[in-house]
Amino acid sequence: MVPMVQDAGRSTRLDSKEPSGPIADRWSQHKFNLKLVAPANRRRFQVIVVGTGLAGASAAATLSELGYKVKALCIHGSPRRAHSIAAQGGINAAKNYQNDGDSVHRLFYDTVKGGDFRARESNVHRLAEISTQIIDQCVAQGVPFAREYGGTLANRSFGGAQVSRTFYARGQTGQQLLLGAYSAMMRQVGSGALDLLPDREMLDLVVVDGVARGVIVRHLRTGAIERHAADAVLLCTGGYGNVFYLSTNAKNSNVTASWRAHKRGAFFANPCFTQIHPTCIPVSGSYQSKLTLMSESLRNDGRVWVPKAKGDRRRADQIPDEDRDYYLERRYPSFGNLVPRDVASRAAKERCDAGFGVGETGMSVFLDFRDAIQRDGEATIRAKYGNLFQMYERITGEDPYKVPMRMYPAVHYTMGGLWVDYNLESTVPGLFVLGEANFSDHGANRLGASALMQGLADGYFVVPATIASHLAGRVLPKVTTDHPAFAEAEGAARAMTQRFLDLRGTRTVDSYHRELGLLMWDECGMARTREGLAKAKARIAELREAFWQDIRIPGDAENINQELEKAGRVADFLEFAELFAEDASVREESCGGHFREEYQTPEGEALRDDENFCHAAAWEFQGQGKPEARHVEPLTFEYVKLTQRSYK
Amino acid sequence: MSAASPTAVQGAASPTGAAGTKQGLKLVLKVWRQGARGAPGQFETHELQNVSTDMSFLEMLDVLNEGLIREGKDPVAFEHDCREGICGSCGFVINGQAHGPQKETTVCQLHMRSFRSGETLVIEPFRATAFPILKDLVVDRSAFDRIVAAGGYVSVNTGSAPDANAILIPKDNAERAFDAAACIGCGACVAACPNGSAMLFVGAKVSHLAALPQGQSERDHRALDMVAAMDKEGFGDCSNHLECVASCPKGIAGTNIAQLNREFAKASLRSGSR
Repeated sequence: MVPMVQDAGRSTRLDSKEPSGPIADRWSQHKFNLKLVAPANRRRFQVIVVGTGLAGASAAATLSELGYKVKALCIHGSPRRAHSIAAQGGINAAKNYQNDGDSVHRLFYDTVKGGDFRARESNVHRLAEISTQIIDQCVAQGVPFAREYGGTLANRSFGGAQVSRTFYARGQTGQQLLLGAYSAMMRQVGSGALDLLPDREMLDLVVVDGVARGVIVRHLRTGAIERHAADAVLLCTGGYGNVFYLSTNAKNSNVTASWRAHKRGAFFANPCFTQIHPTCIPVSGSYQSKLTLMSESLRNDGRVWVPKAKGDRRRADQIPDEDRDYYLERRYPSFGNLVPRDVASRAAKERCDAGFGVGETGMSVFLDFRDAIQRDGEATIRAKYGNLFQMYERITGEDPYKVPMRMYPAVHYTMGGLWVDYNLESTVPGLFVLGEANFSDHGANRLGASALMQGLADGYFVVPATIASHLAGRVLPKVTTDHPAFAEAEGAARAMTQRFLDLRGTRTVDSYHRELGLLMWDECGMARTREGLAKAKARIAELREAFWQDIRIPGDAENINQELEKAGRVADFLEFAELFAEDASVREESCGGHFREEYQTPEGEALRDDENFCHAAAWEFQGQGKPEARHVEPLTFEYVKLTQRSYK
Repeated sequence: MSAASPTAVQGAASPTGAAGTKQGLKLVLKVWRQGARGAPGQFETHELQNVSTDMSFLEMLDVLNEGLIREGKDPVAFEHDCREGICGSCGFVINGQAHGPQKETTVCQLHMRSFRSGETLVIEPFRATAFPILKDLVVDRSAFDRIVAAGGYVSVNTGSAPDANAILIPKDNAERAFDAAACIGCGACVAACPNGSAMLFVGAKVSHLAALPQGQSERDHRALDMVAAMDKEGFGDCSNHLECVASCPKGIAGTNIAQLNREFAKASLRSGSR
């Protein structure tokens, strides 16, 4: 292997600022130790929030309530359209309303273990603590969670847990939580306290004297390039799953804000930690533009199976029980169909690769509700999952009340992201990163119903406290958009746009994106090998070369130009993908969603190497075309013992 | 409305049909093309061959656009994001129906199996005074955000909430609130209404919050302020055609309009302002 990187080892550049002492006291102690900005002084500070999903909307609303001057920028025409809206299943919280043995410590434990011991214990514990306040806040906003007849909140269970701690609003929990955060934000907009700037795409981060002091954005409807100065910048811009082209992410989800901040000095951590969700509707044709997830909550009642005999082409209802292999129940008797996502996804791939898959392509498994419908009646199942069943039928033309759903894993979430310390501050002072865009809390695998929890924890409760460490802790001389750093960044953004328009090549941006996606899926997807990753790196570089010669962007930059928007995003994916593959090849172990075929147990489970890889890897950009430097933040486990995960 | 140069574009039919021989659809598209806000627009005709019935409507437009770009033409601009029917970004009118022919379905979830070979599809943007056309099928729906900013919330600062189970809500009320809260803000209701009214959108938000004990103290203000904002944005009045309900991809019920009327009337009487 070509040593593309120098391993910078344990870096003094990565100070996690993790508190010490008993873990249950760390967050309160840390908050007490943090500096404060007095109420009357808050209006002197301008904060820019980029992105208005759960993390961004909740942060913008809360900071504005606190009295900071806030500008919220979003890529959509309305902040309510951010991709958090599509989250289906639920949000975890350690309320223990069901009296089934849940606690903050158990949620903490499950999350650390579910993440395969690649997250920071202090962060995860804080997340578990805050989880209960999130539910309180959302209920107070009028989020219509599911209820019992007595009027109390209902819960369901989710993968990777043996308690019922997931709060939900039918199959549209993300929508309802986002509308809650959005309404809190719009209340601030209505009162004139918050400046909402929709239709803006961030093209660059502006760094002055080493501190994040603003952004360059493009107004997607007028084409205007704008400068915005601030005392702090919050990136809440989501994950990078669309590097695979086909994923469950919305079409506009991209890595651009993170990647351009990376090039301005923010380290990128664990890019290879990607979550492949086990239950998605399989690909149907080459025109496919995205994949649709079917909530993990379906695994509460649906049973996953394939025929016991290879190539059994009978219809599902004609295959009797004795000829069915309920392989998750067989392999993992205690968690059964509710094993964590990475485990369920790999098990589906294993069955399909071995020739037992179903459907025309043989690349899917059944998720069957026959037994649940017999047990509880169709009405009960309809009440729980009606909208999901309807969505499935629309897409496939098949009725899941009558025939089992067909499912295959798809890219869904990215655990990696910009490196942040305990304050959620990146390696660029003044640049905070929240939600899926940061790397911190889910380790190498996220548990179901934990993304919504993290996004809202970061936005409602963490950053509103920790941002003061920056605003009150550093001297921030006044910076306006006349500063040369703004001119430089704007010039670079304009030059890139012009370069795209001048290319006048032969192929569409999408055609390159599809090609990149297929390559990533084959070599950097559910199973990775040293050779495959080396091949991927070489091929990505070639593809990037070709892209920069050959794409065709119609029109100009003075109006809505969706091809131009896509070009910038795909250009960044083509750079980012190489770092992704590099990170995956240097991490010579399997953990969570990162599965290296060379490292597995005899039963085919992920085999970690705690001796050499019990750390977060954070990459430092060293200049265009130069190898990135790999820095290491060691992870220590004081409260959850490092063990081989077992869900048997 | 002159037809611009017709273009034949090859749609990629999938080989997923029985024995891989499924015949795709042949379609004629008449698509609204408009360069910018306030610019004149016209329909442009395109022919598509061999369109797979498994494609979504937007994937069909993707194929059209791929072809247009390769021919050096400007692709059709349309908004979309999640393509799962939940973000509310997409939406245009197909043959006179907002979001097309399938009940309770956004255009991103509408699949080509809903159409027959040989059909002509007229595709145009949502048209309403309060939704100016920005380009092709893209309209400005920011008026909805301004209505929500006027009162579509419960005023509760972060950190000041009581324990979640301290507020008991009967299951039926929670379900009713959810039914109204399921609105995705796509604007089809406005486009479908002969008056360009936003009553269903506003009614859904007011009903959602009226069904819950939270935020009761601002219930009157909410109804009055949201209606005032709606009027200011240039939405028309409701004359009970209920085309909004027929076009709503989320099945938001017409009773929400009745509830908005009640809330507004009660609030007006109590405030004595109208």
